[in-house]
Amino acid sequence: MLAHLPILQVVIPLMAAPLCWFLNRSKLVWIFALLVCSATFINSVLLLIEVMNSGTIIYELGGWEAPWGIEYRIDKLNAFLLLIISSIGTVVMFAANTSIQKELSEDRHTLFYSLYLLSLTGMYGIVATGDAFNVFVFLEISSLSAYALIALGKDRRALWAAFQYLIMGTIGATFILIGIGMLYQMTGTLNMSDLAIRLVDVGHTRTVFAAFAFLIVGICLKLALFPLHLWLPNAYAYAPSIVTAFLAATSTKVAVYLLIRFTFTVFGISFSFTSLPLQDILMVLGLVGVFVASITAIYQQNVKHILAYSSIAQVGYMIIGYSINTSTGVMATLLHLFNHALMKSALFLALGAVMYRIGSVQLSQFQGLGRQMPLTMSAIVIGGLSLIGVPLTVGFVSKWYLLIASVEAGMWPVAVLILLGSLLAIVYIWRIVEMAYFKPPLPGRDTVKEAPWTFLGPIWALVIANIYFGIDTRLSVQIAQAASQSLFGINP
Amino acid sequence: MFLGLYNYWIVVLLMMIGFYIVIAHGNLIKKLVGLTIFQTSVFIFYISVGMVERGSAPILAEGISDYSNPLPHVLILTAIVVGIATTALGLALVIRIKESYGCVEEDEIQKLDQLNEEKS
Repeated sequence: MLAHLPILQVVIPLMAAPLCWFLNRSKLVWIFALLVCSATFINSVLLLIEVMNSGTIIYELGGWEAPWGIEYRIDKLNAFLLLIISSIGTVVMFAANTSIQKELSEDRHTLFYSLYLLSLTGMYGIVATGDAFNVFVFLEISSLSAYALIALGKDRRALWAAFQYLIMGTIGATFILIGIGMLYQMTGTLNMSDLAIRLVDVGHTRTVFAAFAFLIVGICLKLALFPLHLWLPNAYAYAPSIVTAFLAATSTKVAVYLLIRFTFTVFGISFSFTSLPLQDILMVLGLVGVFVASITAIYQQNVKHILAYSSIAQVGYMIIGYSINTSTGVMATLLHLFNHALMKSALFLALGAVMYRIGSVQLSQFQGLGRQMPLTMSAIVIGGLSLIGVPLTVGFVSKWYLLIASVEAGMWPVAVLILLGSLLAIVYIWRIVEMAYFKPPLPGRDTVKEAPWTFLGPIWALVIANIYFGIDTRLSVQIAQAASQSLFGINP
Repeated sequence: MFLGLYNYWIVVLLMMIGFYIVIAHGNLIKKLVGLTIFQTSVFIFYISVGMVERGSAPILAEGISDYSNPLPHVLILTAIVVGIATTALGLALVIRIKESYGCVEEDEIQKLDQLNEEKS
């Protein structure tokens, strides 16, 4: 059983997704899906413990040895990512039943859970696999289910957002497919560790450069790096609240993982960073992304839009850390992956609670909610503080390491810009706080009550995690450090 | 050089045509057609990659020693299935968009959305 952990992570939700159809009763399916998510969570914890103790796990699918068979290779980086995805997926699932009762019509509930589990399957698959083509297949599994999940939104603009995401996402995935095809053409293998060895000999050819460019652009479309972020704001704003909380915390993270995996493991640091100006390009795009997205966020009227633009800015920070290209920089990126997943899932779930009670997330509707929904709104405040990077929250930890990394690398201007970017976050968070706490309730809104406990439970679990990992940083820092050092080939 | 690699030139041509249609056309169905052409060009690319000079179909038979590489063909079967799923989902979305917006033109949809926002 223990030996099969890597494949169970992917197969459990994959098998469970169609089973949802047979249960076909909303509450029953929810409990089932919750059990499935929890099972994958426990699975990922076991995997992480195993990897931290005894090193990389290699699993051959069907007993076929690589490079003939597909190989799943779990090292510290994947195990960490699997833990992030599975924990968020499980916590968000707790609130799903209450939220979709209100937001989706009865006949779509089963469908929602199937799609949710399929999307989870895809993300686990992308992260777990050690085979380049397998990445594409799982990418499409997770993307196709994500398009359908977004289209479930009540607003008709959800359909338009899903369609735009479908076009952009498919172009991105096809670019990745072209890149993988070119790599296969040059090396005759799809196994990532084999690719890494054989690419050394053909690294100077134009085909490999083209493959690299296609892969990077495709992945950057998926991770919504400025200026390829256009699909994200509407997709997040009009999707059902649960879907937003889930996707915002996981899908862009998976794309960042792919970027790290391909540039560090497959192409190798020397190819990715010395023969091409990748560092400069991504650094500039990351910084511009932080500022453009944060400033756009300030002018939004829909709170989901504010947080969606803030997500693009946060992706910018991750890319900055990555393109500093030191062990500390990548560690800051990995920490921010974890921390941003915690804050954004808490914030978007809290918005789901607001949606549940007042049926809108327009900023003007937030008037006076601070007194009417004190627990939900204080969760938004703490999540917002974390987004800004105030000490004692997780946001501070990752920004701190990001600053250390940029100063260590002698990039003082970058450090200053990171701090300035955080100031912009204060502005857009303050607009929400001001509306909720310093304005009287709207007329006819006297009866608005606090969100039900099925919402408050997961929200506050995430908020407490935000504070806990902000104070006791040992666990997250230790794992992120180990993962980034193994990428740079430093043995601790 | 040019003629010898003509498959690849066709791939590039199809890819550009598909990509151009996706970007330039406002009609959602045409966008999906463009996307399909774009994806098809990649299928042809993969199939061309598998060719071995003077290689025969990869079926074991007497007197044949060179076989084309079947692996890219198998890979692309998977990608074709994915492509069909994408097109199907895209068309399903277009039907729902037509039902709720009453049109399938990008600029009209955006106009309707703007009108809606001004009203609310």
